[in-house]
Amino acid sequence: MNVVIIKYNAGNIQSVLFALERIGVKATVTDDPLLIQTADKVIFPGVGEASTAMSYLKERELDKLIISLQQPVLGICLGMQLLCEYSEENDTPCLSVFDKVFVRKFIPEDLPVKVPQIGWNTISGLKTGLFSSIEEKSYCYFVHGYYAGMSSYTIATTDYVQLYSSALKKNNFYGVQFHPEKSAKAGEQLLKNFLSL
Amino acid sequence: MLTKRIIPCLDIKDGRTVKGTNFVQLRDAGDPVELAMRYCEEGADELVFLDITATTEKRKTLAKLVRDIATHINIPFTVGGGINSIEDVSVLLENGADKISINTSAVRNPGLIDELAKNFGSQCVVVAIDAKIISSEWTVVTHGGRTPTTLLTIDWAKEVSARGAGEILLTSMENDGTKTGFAIDITNAVSKSVNIPVIASGGAGTMEHFTEVFTLANADAALAASIFHFKEIPIPDLKKYLADQKIPVRL
Repeated sequence: MNVVIIKYNAGNIQSVLFALERIGVKATVTDDPLLIQTADKVIFPGVGEASTAMSYLKERELDKLIISLQQPVLGICLGMQLLCEYSEENDTPCLSVFDKVFVRKFIPEDLPVKVPQIGWNTISGLKTGLFSSIEEKSYCYFVHGYYAGMSSYTIATTDYVQLYSSALKKNNFYGVQFHPEKSAKAGEQLLKNFLSL
Repeated sequence: MLTKRIIPCLDIKDGRTVKGTNFVQLRDAGDPVELAMRYCEEGADELVFLDITATTEKRKTLAKLVRDIATHINIPFTVGGGINSIEDVSVLLENGADKISINTSAVRNPGLIDELAKNFGSQCVVVAIDAKIISSEWTVVTHGGRTPTTLLTIDWAKEVSARGAGEILLTSMENDGTKTGFAIDITNAVSKSVNIPVIASGGAGTMEHFTEVFTLANADAALAASIFHFKEIPIPDLKKYLADQKIPVRL
């Protein structure tokens, strides 16, 4: 199977690559449009800041390429947020695959709720084959200060400050807010599930 | 619910895990990759690797070790020790580290925190603060505890948070290696003065100490070394104990 990780200016690509290696898959990290278009599966990772990432994607016309993809695509963390319509992080219009899904900053009402959320939280209301063999309320590893709101595309929810979408799906596009590459057994299962979609 | 994290810390010297008391008297505690994998299996939530002999010529060895760790473990890990620049951080992140930790270099050049946050995102910037009581004030010390500064711990914690640190790793030099419990007062004071997560470190000796640091000091995570390395407190037992105490942990 031909798995491609989209290379752009957002970190954690190595972690994703190593996680895939652990389940026996050798992925290619590339920003070559042809390689991305012809891949069986595309992973769109990312940690970092929304506006910088969007500018980078636009300069290289990766924005148009990503939204045109027909094969299963998995956005991770910032990658998922960039697939939404808009992010409050530096007032950034995003790719709008998950139309009308807005990414907002966590605003805790009182201490000691910390932002960003860093650590292990549960995922619930799991839908679609992406979560096959993954139990309700499994723990996954999150690192984020912004969250995607609830939507008809929501396929998993997590509670921090309020209930939000920890995974989204529309057609061939999937997004997860947590880091499957760092989420122990549950994360490994999710990556396996994605690769067998 | 977001859970409290249990973080074993592996002090690395010449590619081996070591542990001392009050930062000296080093004892060998084994192969870091093997230990890391054991902790992963046991349910550690994260790992921290501190290269306590980091020098320029040894950086390549560290990068190789980081890569080795990253290929074997499926939970996040932080690497610290002798990090002075964007280039140092790039090398570690490219080899699979999730976060880096800076300490002395941040005190010497606070702008480094801003630069790293801007270049790599706050989520991967952990600022380690070593605190010691000097003239009855919790004071920041550097160089593994050897050098006192004029910074007060709370002021420095607020500053690193404002500059873009994603987390604070607070070690009490008064408690480190003593197994008499975490420094509750200063940990609580730091946790309440910033809105980024605080990892408490130094002094863990019993399971009750972890309950205290989570309930009385509002720590978001607790870090320990020797009690885990020498299997004095197995991580699964600790987590079960904490869950029984109604502290949210990942089981």
